[in-house]
Amino acid sequence: MRRVITGNQAVAYGVILSRVDVVSAYPITPQTTIVEELSELIASGRLKTRFLKVESEHSAMAALIGASTGGVRTFTATSSHGLAYMHEMLHWASGARLPIVLVNVNRAIGPPWNIWGDQSDSVSQRDTGWIQLYCENNQEVLDTILQAYLIAETVRLPVMVVLDAFVLSHTAEPVEIPSIEEADSLLPPFCPDYPIDTQEPRSYSVITTPDYFLEFRYKVQKAMEEVPEVAKKVDDEFRSRFGRSYGAIERYGKKEAELLLMTSGTVTSTSRIVIKKLMEKGLSVAGIKIKRFRPFPSEEICEVIQGAKKIAVIDRNLSAGVGGIFAQELRASLYSREERPQVFGFVSGLGGRDITPALIEEAVQYTVEHPQPEGDILWLGLKK
Amino acid sequence: MKKIEIPPEENLGHGHLACAGCGAAVAMRLTLKALGEKTVMVFPASCWSIVPGFWPYSSYRITAVHAGFVTGAATASGVRAALDVRGDDETLVAVWAGDGGTFDIGLQALSGAAERNEDLLYICNDNEGYMNTGTQRSSATPLLAWTTTTPVMQPKENPKKDIMAIMADHHIPYAATATIAYPEDLIRKLEKAKGIQGTRFIHLFSPCPPGWRMPSEQTIKISRLAVRSRIFPLYEIENGRTYTIQEESHVVPVKEYLKLQGRFSHLTEKDIETTQRNVDDTWERLQRRARC
Repeated sequence: MRRVITGNQAVAYGVILSRVDVVSAYPITPQTTIVEELSELIASGRLKTRFLKVESEHSAMAALIGASTGGVRTFTATSSHGLAYMHEMLHWASGARLPIVLVNVNRAIGPPWNIWGDQSDSVSQRDTGWIQLYCENNQEVLDTILQAYLIAETVRLPVMVVLDAFVLSHTAEPVEIPSIEEADSLLPPFCPDYPIDTQEPRSYSVITTPDYFLEFRYKVQKAMEEVPEVAKKVDDEFRSRFGRSYGAIERYGKKEAELLLMTSGTVTSTSRIVIKKLMEKGLSVAGIKIKRFRPFPSEEICEVIQGAKKIAVIDRNLSAGVGGIFAQELRASLYSREERPQVFGFVSGLGGRDITPALIEEAVQYTVEHPQPEGDILWLGLKK
Repeated sequence: MKKIEIPPEENLGHGHLACAGCGAAVAMRLTLKALGEKTVMVFPASCWSIVPGFWPYSSYRITAVHAGFVTGAATASGVRAALDVRGDDETLVAVWAGDGGTFDIGLQALSGAAERNEDLLYICNDNEGYMNTGTQRSSATPLLAWTTTTPVMQPKENPKKDIMAIMADHHIPYAATATIAYPEDLIRKLEKAKGIQGTRFIHLFSPCPPGWRMPSEQTIKISRLAVRSRIFPLYEIENGRTYTIQEESHVVPVKEYLKLQGRFSHLTEKDIETTQRNVDDTWERLQRRARC
């Protein structure tokens, strides 16, 4: 079935098709229409999901931790301050090895107060032990939710699916919606290893001494290391059924390019147009879309950058005192390599300002003209 | 009234790490007897993060879910939802939280769960302070008491928060106070609570020898004196309206209760008079509520 739907509606379809058992959520712009949509579906009896309408995001994640420990499939959605408020429980979910799926609609964190899109909310949760997958369009949003449950339940780590505020969340575009039968054939019911069972009483998430704690964290890291292979299998399976796949990254544009442009989220769609135009002008340029941010796809990136002299990164986020996070992660990935392209770290579009084709062209132009960047942060579109 | 039998089953095993004379250990033992094996107990951070022992050992013989400090009622709501989805309506979901995890940091989650009337039995083990971190004041610490953050030069300046009134005003089906010196009363209330649907709240008063600066063999005596002095009356509230007081015929002045505890040793005669007046006022208010 093909329908014209918003990103947030695509999320709701993803939840329906994943046969989620328990949803727990709290409203925040621009995520709210997801929980509204789900409430309608549940109230009308079309969706048999238990919805806990809790009093905060902290409780939303805590309730899912309880439900997932209880052995059922769980979902929540949030944005910005809501995600920040969940922070403690994000650590808890991954430490307890619970395959919770969370949709975060990227929104700036105030003050100054701002409801529009940037990635500072989700990237600042990068050390919480969650897998993070960024989406470029509404089709990818729906497809990624289905994939997210398969990955999460295989490696037993939670997954954050991320989409841009308004540009995706509130913008309608055509989306192919799989049937429930098709979704069922991809995603089997959740079968946890140790669900709550009073016949076999267990203690969950209890105190652990220094003698063992390191080993528990080691296991989380090992699970993260399984993700590339598991996610690839899931993506391949998805392609064989639905004809669509996304990879951890996607390289597009010229085959052997001297200059690469790295983006994530909807900025990638704009970049595709800019790169096409610049290629037509004869520029040796290609794009890299980063879908999977955690675990960071260092190997996948290194495989596709042979011959590149420079990589321009557009970060829609800022770690004050350092710069854009994607650029930082890329620099760290390149450090141990023999060939290290220059990394140009652009920061732009914070608080929902448009990253226009002209701005992207400006970034590329700057990268072409300079042998190396004039500093770790290159502000793009800054009013001086 | 029918005679209450204390169930012989032990669901708290040997070797736990509670302090000598810990009131909460007695309370936990009795509680787990009353609740039985078909219980999932959610434990937000408290002494009970430590007492059952370190992984891979545990003194619990029931299912225990350790939870974030803030999240007792929220985590339990999720466990309940999962069991409902799985078609298990027999298993009881309970919370065991300290006064910090109930009166303070966990109050929002508790209020949310109570407003939704989640099918939970929430037990607040009240030892009147943050005892697990070494005796700091909580909003359950009584007026004028010493703690490490309310030193004797500036003891607790505010009265104890009235958690029972707060819970009653959520119109939950059942709320009751209990303490270990009255085990039959505690068991009866837990069994009654078990049979009710919706949010049930037990305010369980547990003396803490190290935190209250009291001898460890005085735990039961102090628990009893708390009731006799009307510092901690035993009562029930049904649907936020119907109050029933389990009146203790043997009434003593609050001084009898206060003088056994080092945390009150700095109190002047005037302070003790103030405390007595406050207790009398609170008792009168409770009686008024029970009459109407």
